[in-house]
Amino acid sequence: MDAWSRFLDTFFKWPVIEHYFPAIMKGVVVTIEIAVAVVITGILLGLALAVVRTFRVRLINATIVVFVDVLRALPPLVLMLLVYFGLPNVGINVPSFAVLWLVLALVLAAFAEEIFWAGILSIPKGQWEAARSTGLGFFGTLAYVVLPQAIRLTVPPLTNRTIAITKNTALGTVIGVGEILNQATTAESFSGNASPLMMGAIAYLILFLPVVVFSRFIETRFAWRRV
Amino acid sequence: MEAIVQQFFNLAIMQQALPLILAGLRQTIIICLIVIPLGLAGGLLVALTSLSRLRAARWTAIAAIDFFRSIPPLVLLIFIYAGLPFAGIRPSPLVAVAIAFLLNTSSYYGEIYRAGIESVGLGQWDAARSTGLRGYQTMAYIVLPQAVRNVLPDLVSNTVEVVKLTSIASVVALPELLYSADMARAVTFNSSPIVLAAAIYLVMLWPIVRLISRLERRIAA
Repeated sequence: MDAWSRFLDTFFKWPVIEHYFPAIMKGVVVTIEIAVAVVITGILLGLALAVVRTFRVRLINATIVVFVDVLRALPPLVLMLLVYFGLPNVGINVPSFAVLWLVLALVLAAFAEEIFWAGILSIPKGQWEAARSTGLGFFGTLAYVVLPQAIRLTVPPLTNRTIAITKNTALGTVIGVGEILNQATTAESFSGNASPLMMGAIAYLILFLPVVVFSRFIETRFAWRRV
Repeated sequence: MEAIVQQFFNLAIMQQALPLILAGLRQTIIICLIVIPLGLAGGLLVALTSLSRLRAARWTAIAAIDFFRSIPPLVLLIFIYAGLPFAGIRPSPLVAVAIAFLLNTSSYYGEIYRAGIESVGLGQWDAARSTGLRGYQTMAYIVLPQAVRNVLPDLVSNTVEVVKLTSIASVVALPELLYSADMARAVTFNSSPIVLAAAIYLVMLWPIVRLISRLERRIAA
């Protein structure tokens, strides 16, 4: 067998691809479900925390800062193992997909809070004062004047961070969530062939490459407006 | 409450696991010392290529950056560690980890350098060239120092991500910090070793995370 056909036989073996295609697709669905749940809950929680921080209650803000810092400093896999193996031993049973969702959503919330907060801080004080002087209340000012401007600034960094954290759904394989990587490695060991790994990698490319390219577009667009 | 303390903050078990975990910490530091300098250098190379005058070089570099930003690092690592042996190449865990992380982090560092270089005004180039500096000298002495200063928070923040990334080397049985802690957890049926590992990550990274927040605020101001 020459090198090329050996390469094909290792990474693109048709019978293996055909046989495990449904399994990989099942993984794709799980990955998308968890990714969507993480993005929605993570970003909303991050925004909520940033809004709470504008009230400037010292104790609450200190708690938020500690929460955000700890989740930014700890590797997500450490948090996952801690929750997945630790909680059952104190009598709390959480299914593995919920652990993955919870951990990634909290991590995304932490990064999102930091980004939203930076966005809110970057809005000049005059905007607050002008809005208040027109008779808008604190919440009206926040909702109609400050946040719309702040969120616009946060779009590029938030997009990049969200992509990076969403890719971490692959970590779910370690605790047995049936996402793409998990399906691919299982299929690889059953078939004794590396084609399922190649399928998994291609599935991630199909899912994430458009988003990465789109984030590049967003970056140039928003950079233009800022100058 | 008692159960929680027993399960997560058991000092006796932590003490028992400490030597193993410190050995793991050493491995984590070794991986960082390999991946961070090489990633910084590789990223610079990628960035310079992506700004090259040759269109083919430029597009190849950008395609590579986007490719490796789309693939989760764990998928890349498992592909290299578990996939390549089928093709007759058998990398050790450390080699697989080094290659996977380098491909991943060079892309991220590359993107950051690129943004930095693009943030330096074109007038700087014109001025430097008119003093008689050559193209590569202008890049090395005028543009890069300013570029790096402009994106310093991002470079530091990505370095924190690299240190956190090393934890996934545990999946291919490289005995780094998290792997050692998880071994100890499996043997003792107790999560305290992982809490200890988490504490070590916090001690290493929290000051840097704080520093990033301050750097970012200073640049914004």
